[in-house]
Amino acid sequence: MIKVSQRWIKVWYRNYISFLKFFYVNLVGNLGDPILYLVAMGFGLGAFLGNKIEGMSYVQFLAPGIIVSSAMFAAVYECTFESFLKMIHLRTYDAIIVTPVNIEDVVAGDVVWGATKAMLSGLMMFIVVAAFGLVHSWWSLLIPVLIFLVGFHFASFAMLITAMAPNFDYFSYFLELVITPMFFFCGIFFPLSQFPGWVQGLSGVFPLTHAVELSRALVMGTVPARPVTNILFLIIPSIGLFYWAVWRMKKRMIK
Amino acid sequence: MLPVTAKNLTKKYKDTVAVNGIDFAVQEKECFGFIGPNGAGKTTTMKMIYCFVPRTGGELLVLDKDPSIHPEMVKADLGVVPQDNNLDEDLNVFTNLTMYANYFNIPHGIARVKAKELLAFVQLTEKEKVKITELSSGMKRRLMIARGLINDPKLLILDEPTVGLDPQARHLIWDRLRELKSQNVSMIITTHYMDEATELCDRVAVMDKGKIMVVGKPKDLIREHIGEEVVEVMLLDTTADKLKKDAAGFLVTLEETSQKCYLYCQDCRPLLSHLTDKGYKHILRRPATLEDVFLKLTGRDLVD
Repeated sequence: MIKVSQRWIKVWYRNYISFLKFFYVNLVGNLGDPILYLVAMGFGLGAFLGNKIEGMSYVQFLAPGIIVSSAMFAAVYECTFESFLKMIHLRTYDAIIVTPVNIEDVVAGDVVWGATKAMLSGLMMFIVVAAFGLVHSWWSLLIPVLIFLVGFHFASFAMLITAMAPNFDYFSYFLELVITPMFFFCGIFFPLSQFPGWVQGLSGVFPLTHAVELSRALVMGTVPARPVTNILFLIIPSIGLFYWAVWRMKKRMIK
Repeated sequence: MLPVTAKNLTKKYKDTVAVNGIDFAVQEKECFGFIGPNGAGKTTTMKMIYCFVPRTGGELLVLDKDPSIHPEMVKADLGVVPQDNNLDEDLNVFTNLTMYANYFNIPHGIARVKAKELLAFVQLTEKEKVKITELSSGMKRRLMIARGLINDPKLLILDEPTVGLDPQARHLIWDRLRELKSQNVSMIITTHYMDEATELCDRVAVMDKGKIMVVGKPKDLIREHIGEEVVEVMLLDTTADKLKKDAAGFLVTLEETSQKCYLYCQDCRPLLSHLTDKGYKHILRRPATLEDVFLKLTGRDLVD
């Protein structure tokens, strides 16, 4: 039986306090990569591209996607490596679940924490993007909601992988075979219309694709082509992944 | 309210039986010990009590509640010090305690006061701001005990409280545990150290292969299974057969290993002088201990 209580907040709070201690390290880790992508690809590669993409400059096309992908990477990192470390090496989970906080609460607390880290990362990136003058609409005020959803989705997904992982190496498969392909084929770097039909079909089931479409619409103030599909593809798998992760982790820890 | 009652308590894994239908009851204000070789099922029994491992059979009540139905309620009144230290290395000594208090929903102000008290109790006040990784193993163990007390538990569970510590650290921990006993905290301890069990426990259960073999006060167990005294004879210049013949007139039980013979008796003085007269040199008379009971019941062979 799976029951998450409000005690998950205790676990979230523990992570928050621990995060404050390593604030600057965390910040550099989270922001370094996305800024590199934006500058190197956006301005570097963008300079060679004469044509506009979907009516915008390359860096403009790229920026909204980088916001959501930085959120994705933050959530994935937090709920794979960090959670695994706490579970296996530091035995933090063991210590917590002999208190009234149950394993379900621990998983929920870590997942919401992962989503929080994703939000922080995405927001920082959003500020960078805005500073480059690439934000054009008040609709972008909804970006925090979007990146929280992205964060929750990928934190749940990553937590499920963590619950199944025998060791750290296992995460390489997840990153190389799932996350990286998603990153390249979700319409961040190139419009999906560039790809053959089957790749387009495949990327249509990637949640990140839908997040990128929404992000681009919010930043530009345009109407997305398929908003309902986008939102459903982000939210519904999240709920499934979350409960699956909780169930799987409980099975692993309590036996 | 009994801290723990177990009837036919069983834990089976896919192809092993870790705990095989044990019955025991821990009395209020009692310090109850589990001793037994590795793999005897002590830790699994502990884990079932503190809701970490669900039982597969039998009945178990912890503080009058069933751990499989009300784990949060049971855990709220337990203090747990597991075998492996699992202090939070991201937090300093003081915050380890206040954060733990937060898991028990103890308000922050009260938690801070309690944490100070407990650090004084385990003599770690000066280490308040220190990182966990900078503590010695004795300090870590003391901090684990302090953490286990943060919620004023009705029952404290200690899985090998002094494993791997130097004598000073062990004695300090024993002092603290005795003080808790005098404050009427019920305790369950597992240990490999027989002196620790004798020192701290009102009653001990000797476990082997998932079963409880005997339960009782350490003194009673020693008297019942060994007697008052033991004579150890090194088999350097004699043989077990010769010794058996020489000791035949005395009321003794004899146990032999490849190196030594153990002779258990109520009063070993006559036997000792007799053997000395017969020319035995490598010979020792000493009081019987729980270790003798333990080895007699669980065997002298290595358990892996």
